[in-house]
Amino acid sequence: MARDHDHSHLSATELRVRALETVLLEKGYIDPAAIDLVIQQYEQKIGPRNGAKVVARAWVDRDFKQMLLGEPAQTFASLGYAGMQGEHTTVVENTPTLHNMVVCTLCSCYPWPLLGLPPVWYKSAPYRSRVVIDPRGVLRDFGIELPSDTEIRVWDSTAEMRYLVLPMRPSGTEGWNEEQLAALVTRDSMIGTGLPGLASETAP
Amino acid sequence: MNGAHDMGGVHGFGPVTPEANEPVFHAEWEARVFALFLASGRAGQWNIDMGRFARENRSPADYVSKSYFELWLAGLETLLAERGLVSADEIEAGRSLREPKKVEAILQHGSVEAIFARGRPTERPATVPPRFRVGDRVRARNINPTTHTRLPRYVRGRIGVIEQLRGSHVFPDTNSLGQGENPQWLYTVRFDARDLWGPEADQKLRVSVDAWEPYLEPAGQSL
Repeated sequence: MARDHDHSHLSATELRVRALETVLLEKGYIDPAAIDLVIQQYEQKIGPRNGAKVVARAWVDRDFKQMLLGEPAQTFASLGYAGMQGEHTTVVENTPTLHNMVVCTLCSCYPWPLLGLPPVWYKSAPYRSRVVIDPRGVLRDFGIELPSDTEIRVWDSTAEMRYLVLPMRPSGTEGWNEEQLAALVTRDSMIGTGLPGLASETAP
Repeated sequence: MNGAHDMGGVHGFGPVTPEANEPVFHAEWEARVFALFLASGRAGQWNIDMGRFARENRSPADYVSKSYFELWLAGLETLLAERGLVSADEIEAGRSLREPKKVEAILQHGSVEAIFARGRPTERPATVPPRFRVGDRVRARNINPTTHTRLPRYVRGRIGVIEQLRGSHVFPDTNSLGQGENPQWLYTVRFDARDLWGPEADQKLRVSVDAWEPYLEPAGQSL
């Protein structure tokens, strides 16, 4: 990582974090290799492709979908997606008449094992303040206009329950395999601010 | 606490601005703070609810002026100082000025994947039966503790319906104060938007929170 920069180019915050890490290291409170590995896990391994695979499988496998909706904790545990910040994850299904959206108005709760770390907008004041009172306005910020008779359900993650939206399978994908389908599943479609196949964001 | 972190329904923050091809971290220091916060938790000097309170317990102006990971940094500094692990003067000096305190554990490279895969489940055996059943009408209590709570202001005093029973979970209000896990039944409580925001609200909107039993009281039968 970029640890060889000239200090004069670093912001006050960068310098402070570096100082803090040095003190923690000198006191023996941290293993630097562990710090690097934690970052590597969330930059490279734990991200929305995990959730996309689950969604795609639910689209093609009726038994799996039933398990996912009925026994989400056991299902995610068996898939290895029940770790940190995904200990109690449940799945909420979109239908032609119901659209689900997930937020943490109090901070940033988010199903890490399935989606990785949340994007900045999810943690931001505009989203946290507005989605519980004006979700259709928020959806317009994402370029989405739902029919006015579509019911919207917002799940505020105020406890350790985490929510994954199971979006509707796009029409015209009959006969597609799981891998092709997973490529349509965007991160935002699993939060409820996007629809599958609308890749306005490209997930890592 | 009635802090700036409790944002549901606040006006004036402007539009949501998604970023295309967003990186996981926008700067190296954000990644370091994130990992340092999680790793420092292994010292066993605080729990997740104390960690959350350390991030939110500040003046509204301070809270909204800090970026997300600046809040994590500020929270971590507070926790480390309060527990006598690292003092502000040591951060200023950029080196340790005192003997380290004995801690429970440190996060080792070899245990990272196992610890993160295991997570920290918060469900605990219940000692009493749940007070409410699915379909019950409940009122979110009008409480205003100055300490940590997970009952957002926008539902306090409002009537909703018990939609799901989620098991018995560690209670943040006591856990954040070091007063024990004190497990309580947790419910998903669904509110009609008009009961939260008035008759002009979106008629097709419903909002739920996950609320521990002490946050709720019976609201009687539907009229």
